[in-house]
Amino acid sequence: MIHLDYVTILYVGAIGLLAIGAAGLVICNNFFRILLALVVLEAGANLLLVLMGYRGDAKAPILGFGPDGAQMVDPIPQTLVLTAIVIGVAVQALAVSILVRVFRSYGTLDIRELKARFEHDIAVEMGIEPPRGGEAPAGGRIQSSGPPNFRPPESHS
Amino acid sequence: MRRFAALLFAGGLGFVLLVIVTQLNLGQTPMIVGQEMLNVAGAQVGAANIVTSVLLAYRGFDTLGELSVLFAAATVIGLVLGHRRSNAAVDPDGGFVLQAGADLLFPLLLVVGCNIILYGHLTPGGGFQGGVILAAAFFVGVLGRPSTGLDHSVIEVIEGFAGSAFIAVGLWALFAEGEFLMPMLDPGTVGDLISAGTLPLLSLALGLKVGSELAGLMTSLANTEAGDP
Repeated sequence: MIHLDYVTILYVGAIGLLAIGAAGLVICNNFFRILLALVVLEAGANLLLVLMGYRGDAKAPILGFGPDGAQMVDPIPQTLVLTAIVIGVAVQALAVSILVRVFRSYGTLDIRELKARFEHDIAVEMGIEPPRGGEAPAGGRIQSSGPPNFRPPESHS
Repeated sequence: MRRFAALLFAGGLGFVLLVIVTQLNLGQTPMIVGQEMLNVAGAQVGAANIVTSVLLAYRGFDTLGELSVLFAAATVIGLVLGHRRSNAAVDPDGGFVLQAGADLLFPLLLVVGCNIILYGHLTPGGGFQGGVILAAAFFVGVLGRPSTGLDHSVIEVIEGFAGSAFIAVGLWALFAEGEFLMPMLDPGTVGDLISAGTLPLLSLALGLKVGSELAGLMTSLANTEAGDP
């Protein structure tokens, strides 16, 4: 049985952040929200890693700080997380810059609309018939199908 | 249906992690390598802050790899966002409060950042943290006055100099002691400002590198042309 002390609460919080981030990655339909979910997921993972090295009765791993002879916390998870945070910032900045480019090109960050537009553009480039949405009737009666505000293909070859 | 599956997945992930964590001895996890480092780091490296000893002495090569990741990210961001056209519209300058706040924060952030870098081997902090604060010091100015921007050529010089200084200290250790990035010089007394051998030098190079990298990265993001959607 878990007794509810503050370390337990911290662990539950870190795991909760992980779960929220993972759910957000799958549920969200907007790329920016997916990026934010990734940030939350990363915060949870970092917090969990730091907690792995945490000891309730210990002091920070700095010599000459706090009472002499007291146990110090594990420095290795802290170092790992220090590097992970900076790498995380770099990855987020890279993702944001790619999102800026995507938004500039397509004017949307909605994942379904972007998927349809990508597939359409690829099909046009390859010179095959653009894929039609699952809701469109079969039989080729509808020439330009797809979501609304959708560019019809200029030419078929 | 998809939402339900996602929630099920997230709940299951949380449950699995919780079960694993309850099997650990909460707050009393064993530390095998860490305990050894805590015992010997003071005498071997001479830095009071053991996190800095681990970062720059025991795992220095890792830190160099991380610097290259940062460099790659900054380069690719420059590549993806591309150059501004010279006639592109610039964001208007901030109001009085924003500009005065930026002017007020700049010297404070500069002093705090330099302090955190230079005392990284004695107190909490080090190259990474101080570098981020230095980058923030220069970035608040860009936020207040977007038209001025930062001089990217100066940033590139600092960046290249700091990166090569880090590698040069490592190579010096390689030729003098036989191991790359091995701590050199006299460790000195733990707690003195001039102690821990080459660690403060590495910390300074790391701080300048991270600071210039992040400052360039944030300004290139902030100065992106507002596209016409």
